[in-house]
Amino acid sequence: MAQETMQNNLEYLSLNKLGRIGYKISHFFTGIPKKANKKIHDVPIKVRKKGLAFNNIFRTLIRAFARGDFKTRLSFILMGFGLVTRHQVIRGALYFLYEAFFILFMVLIGGNALSMLPTLGSLSSVWFTVYDKDGLDIQQPAYFDNSFTILLYSILAFVFIGILIFLWYNQIRDSINLQERSYIGKYASDKQTLKNVLDKSYDKTLLFIPIGGLTIFTIIPIVMMIVIAFTNYDYFHISPSKLFDWVGFYNLGQVFSSTGAGQGTAFLRVFIQVLLWTIIWAFFATFSNYFLGMIIAMIINIKGIKLKKLWRTVLISTIAVPQFISLMLISFMFGNSSFAPINAILMNLGWTESPIAWLSDSAFNALLPKVVIILVNTWVGVPYTMLICTGLLMNIPEDLYESARIDGASPAKMYMKITLPYMLFVTGPYLLSQFIGNINNFNVIYLLSSGGPAFIYDTAHETVPAALTTSGVGQTDLLITWIYKLTTNQYYDYGLASVLGILVFVLVAFFSLLFYNNSNSVNNEEEFQ
Amino acid sequence: MRRNSSNESRRIITRNVLVYTLLVIVSIIWLVPFFYLVMQSLTSAYNPSVIIPALPTEDNINAGKVVFSFDNYITLFAGMMNKTSGERELVYDFKVWYLNTLIIAAISSIIETVLVLGTSYAFSRLRFKARKPLMKLILVLGMFPGFLSMIIIYFILKLIGMEGNIFSLIFIYVAGSAMQYYIAKGFFDTIPKSLDEAAMIDGANKNTIFFKVIMPLSKPIVVYTFLITFTAPWGDFMMASFLAAGDSTAWTVAVGLRTMITTLTDQQKYFPVFCAGGVVTSIPIMILFFWLQKYYVEGITGGAVKG
Repeated sequence: MAQETMQNNLEYLSLNKLGRIGYKISHFFTGIPKKANKKIHDVPIKVRKKGLAFNNIFRTLIRAFARGDFKTRLSFILMGFGLVTRHQVIRGALYFLYEAFFILFMVLIGGNALSMLPTLGSLSSVWFTVYDKDGLDIQQPAYFDNSFTILLYSILAFVFIGILIFLWYNQIRDSINLQERSYIGKYASDKQTLKNVLDKSYDKTLLFIPIGGLTIFTIIPIVMMIVIAFTNYDYFHISPSKLFDWVGFYNLGQVFSSTGAGQGTAFLRVFIQVLLWTIIWAFFATFSNYFLGMIIAMIINIKGIKLKKLWRTVLISTIAVPQFISLMLISFMFGNSSFAPINAILMNLGWTESPIAWLSDSAFNALLPKVVIILVNTWVGVPYTMLICTGLLMNIPEDLYESARIDGASPAKMYMKITLPYMLFVTGPYLLSQFIGNINNFNVIYLLSSGGPAFIYDTAHETVPAALTTSGVGQTDLLITWIYKLTTNQYYDYGLASVLGILVFVLVAFFSLLFYNNSNSVNNEEEFQ
Repeated sequence: MRRNSSNESRRIITRNVLVYTLLVIVSIIWLVPFFYLVMQSLTSAYNPSVIIPALPTEDNINAGKVVFSFDNYITLFAGMMNKTSGERELVYDFKVWYLNTLIIAAISSIIETVLVLGTSYAFSRLRFKARKPLMKLILVLGMFPGFLSMIIIYFILKLIGMEGNIFSLIFIYVAGSAMQYYIAKGFFDTIPKSLDEAAMIDGANKNTIFFKVIMPLSKPIVVYTFLITFTAPWGDFMMASFLAAGDSTAWTVAVGLRTMITTLTDQQKYFPVFCAGGVVTSIPIMILFFWLQKYYVEGITGGAVKG
């Protein structure tokens, strides 16, 4: 094994720069089967571990049932009974309260919702006639089933069932443990419980509200979003007056099919263009900010440059102004009529005859708007990177540069061999979060160009699906702003928007995994520190 | 030798000249939009080719030139002057937006700071079974585009009858605080563990350690978290516009100012007023920011860039 790596190393060293990059890439791909093999080898071990943990749960339950006294056995039905009768009134009462709440929820709402989940409701609304006080008859709707609430309550019910099972097992385990401990005369009373709130179970105290909020306002909505991707929840099926229904993979098919459902190739073409622009945008937006910010930080850091604080403050002042104000202002300045300031000034100077459509010129796949957006984005983002880099650059040990200088290294070489590797190493996670943030960068695109200019369709040869024309997707739209348009537009299509949302997740997860598997800052944390 | 050193100093001088011109250019590029914002907020009327308005002398006014005036700021709070009736009409109620945003920022920032720091402390210092899975879960949740869940949040709020008021926004900002644990956790990780252990030997419980040992050492990150959470509502456009869509009494500054200049006719009429609104919104945040800048820098460099 060692010999093999040595041989590899020699082979690697004998290559030139380009060859080395190629070697690395080919090695990455040829390494995949090996890695996969290792992963597969680990599977049985992991399964065994999980199985043992699962086995433990059942053994505890059997033990509790077989050896438990009536208090423990009653806990199987009446949650918390074993604890209340063994000096732990507070915990027992809380368990019992949850059970009562759960039963109430299931009887009043949850059971009904779960029973209608497979069909998502059968009757939405009925119009009936009532007579008002003047004796005139008016039509009034009466609403019955609402697909959206059915779905939401069903998901809530599943969450509550999960919590119930977890708590149910916990209180049985605690009950049997307390019972066994009481044989030797050891009690943990309410007093201990209260003390634990601030000490032993302090994690639960701290995390209760944040994780609760996360569950209600992030996890449940995301689950709901994934589920909605499999329904036809759109403009034509809007609750409460209409029901929507399960459609399986229809929405996903709509994105990827080139022929199906009368969509023609237009949808796929637009989707690929938006996807490509999303990735290109994220790449340029991240790295242009990063390198420009680093260069400006390095220039300000040069020894002998005066007024360092002033230069930094000038840049930082842009962070202090709310981003939406500067973006809206810049968007106004780059307006495409002769009425907008930049065009007006250029025309006054005689540099251009007619106003330039800075943010809506559609030549060359909207090249000009894209460039303008990326440039404006550097204006927004460079101060942050400058701020971060300034501190980090000063952390690089000076003697590294000193010895490089003695060896006769040029400044460019020192930058490539010392500064850049160090910065990339330390800021790796920051770069990743910037990249992900840019994939989902709603503000810059929406406030600058609102996604314009519109795509051009060849209506003679392709059928343009309604999802494209009504949502008004444009050439500078990212996936996230397209989703916004799909959902806030008059003809919304939540099903399709959810599919796009899931695709954004896949994209982000892909880049994150790529980073975590190949990044030095994750794999060798100790180096450099 | 002499010649060599004079060569060297000449090289340094040319370098410095280059560097200073570059820095001046960079500074101008970064300051132009603000300069423009302030100047436009002080004009008597919008004229695309005028950047700096003229002094308000008799001659200039009579000549119909664009002059300096504070009228836009008065318009912002009292309403646009109707030329025919001579009275001010309040079309956009900036005061309400401003107050809304201030209330949201004040309440949510305090609660969020407590929750974010609590979560970060738990993830950094306490050891419990669900620690790693929870951290991974939050990482994965962050990969979903937050926008889509907003639609569903809107319906959830509607179900409990809370849509379209400013408290729903506070609710949502606070509910997302667990997602922001990363930076503060990075900061807590740098505080030596031996401090906790010493306190524990002295009989302190975990709550006391958090508030009496860790907190006093974490002033930068407390201020940083507060600053971030306080400024976020001023800049958040997406969530605010979605939740408060119909009801203009629940608008925040971001939503309101955006509606001022959405249409071209509105732009001609309201652009200077919009600029005045921008200046009024920016000033408190700028003051806060420059006052607490030291902590902001410490927070962002201390917590953000740890491996």
